[in-house]
Amino acid sequence: MTFTEIKELLIQKFGPDSIEAEETQGLQPALVIKKDHIVEVCLMLRDNENTWFDFLSNLSGVDYGVEAQKFGVVYHLSSILKKHQLVLKVYQQNDRDEQNLPVFKSVTSVWKTADWHEREAFDLLGIYFEGHPDLRRILLPDDWEGYPLRKDYKTAEQYHNIKIDL
Amino acid sequence: MKYTEALERYQHKINSVSSEEMVLNLGPQHPSTHGVLRLELITDGEIVKEVIPHLGYLHRCFEKHAEALNYSQIIPFTDRMDYMASMNNNHAFVMGVEKMLGIEDKIPKRVEYIRVLVCELNRIASHLIAIGTYGIDIGAFTPFLWCFRDREHIMNMLEWTSGARMLYNYIWVGGLFYDVPVGFEERCVEFVKYFKPKMKELNELLTENQIFISRTANVGVLPLDVAINYGCSGPMLRGSGLKYDLRREDEYSVYPELDFEIPYAKGEIGTVGDCWNRYKVRIDEIAESLKIIEQCAIKLQHEHKRTPDFDPRALVPKKVVPKQQDFYCRAENPKGEIGFYFIADGKSDKPFRVKSRGPSFNNLSVISEISKGVLIADLVAIIGSIDIVLGEVDR
Repeated sequence: MTFTEIKELLIQKFGPDSIEAEETQGLQPALVIKKDHIVEVCLMLRDNENTWFDFLSNLSGVDYGVEAQKFGVVYHLSSILKKHQLVLKVYQQNDRDEQNLPVFKSVTSVWKTADWHEREAFDLLGIYFEGHPDLRRILLPDDWEGYPLRKDYKTAEQYHNIKIDL
Repeated sequence: MKYTEALERYQHKINSVSSEEMVLNLGPQHPSTHGVLRLELITDGEIVKEVIPHLGYLHRCFEKHAEALNYSQIIPFTDRMDYMASMNNNHAFVMGVEKMLGIEDKIPKRVEYIRVLVCELNRIASHLIAIGTYGIDIGAFTPFLWCFRDREHIMNMLEWTSGARMLYNYIWVGGLFYDVPVGFEERCVEFVKYFKPKMKELNELLTENQIFISRTANVGVLPLDVAINYGCSGPMLRGSGLKYDLRREDEYSVYPELDFEIPYAKGEIGTVGDCWNRYKVRIDEIAESLKIIEQCAIKLQHEHKRTPDFDPRALVPKKVVPKQQDFYCRAENPKGEIGFYFIADGKSDKPFRVKSRGPSFNNLSVISEISKGVLIADLVAIIGSIDIVLGEVDR
């Protein structure tokens, strides 16, 4: 299925409001999905016999910078049977306060791949995934403070009395 | 607090195991975990009830570093991700950057053939490690020595080309570090001739060994739907019986011009998806890689011969500044689908964000699913059959 066909299918199933925008300037066009709809959209794309996106290649959390005040999650879907690929994005504005993390819905129920990828995004970027079964830090120690992949991250001076040298 | 809820739940689970259960730590300093992987097991006698993997002991902040370096400087960091198959990582990364720059069609055929040649050599080296160390996990010591002896030939050849034994930084954006040395193609042919009978010996020693079969067949069966849902790729996915290889699927580089098969598990011994079948896929892939190496060597000796004016660095850009875009590039690494997701801002020669999708990271995530209720000794067999490299799991 082509990108336009998938877009039309989504509009038909979830209404025109479910798609916020489309980004077609790059080599891989992307659909920006309204963030409340992402789980239903993913589930439909996986189970629909024309799209059949059974494989989640990659899930990346993105911090779009201090000025943009925006966080996003990018889903790279791929279909083993139909041999096509699709990029989905969700965005959210956030004030970067560590007590008020950006919240997205977890797609773990659709693809188990998302489990560790979402934990990684939570660990490194501080993106909270609602409905995730086990959202702990994955690469960093449990008691690490801050989210290192954020653009405004300041390295701590020490960790358990060990000086951190740069 | 909402953000630490899961942590408290986990701590509560560990602290409140019942009296007949035991929490056992496997790793991070245990040879069977193939690096610094720590598995926390909740066991009942010899039976593993639950596996909780803990990662991050080898976390080197690849993605954070990548935001501070330009594209060419990131290539050495990709070497250190899957350090058993650095060439394949270089290739995937470079391919992504070239596609963003729009120069992927201009790369000379000779450069592409050399890339594929060194990648396939590296694939064999990686599989030899997987097979050799898997033998050790099961208790067979000799195959390990044999595999390392043959891998040493490949290491020497790649050292001859790039100057480094393991971390090559050989494939560059737009070309190569150097052309292959004079006589390299002949040495490849010689190596294939030497190596083919050795594989036969190895098969007689390990693949068809009854003890090895008893330990691996019907152990850790990974059904295909679970494998796909967990994002398993490479020999893990093919071991579950699916003929799926990105080299054929995406037809990147010069792979469409080469003749090779995609091995997948047929379940000659045991069931499709068990440890033995995953292992067998790697054995078969070595044979296919040898076929590719032979073809590449012939192409490099005839059609795309070395000429005095050939410069593999001719297309290497002075400054890599892709247009504003984001791009996900995937390729087949010995362990599976390696992917890089780039966000370029269009102004600087440094990426705004690079996210890497390591195949081992995804392959490992299935471990708690397939090792419920197995024996501890079988768990070791399962970890070995996944063939993880912690450099890539932790990045």
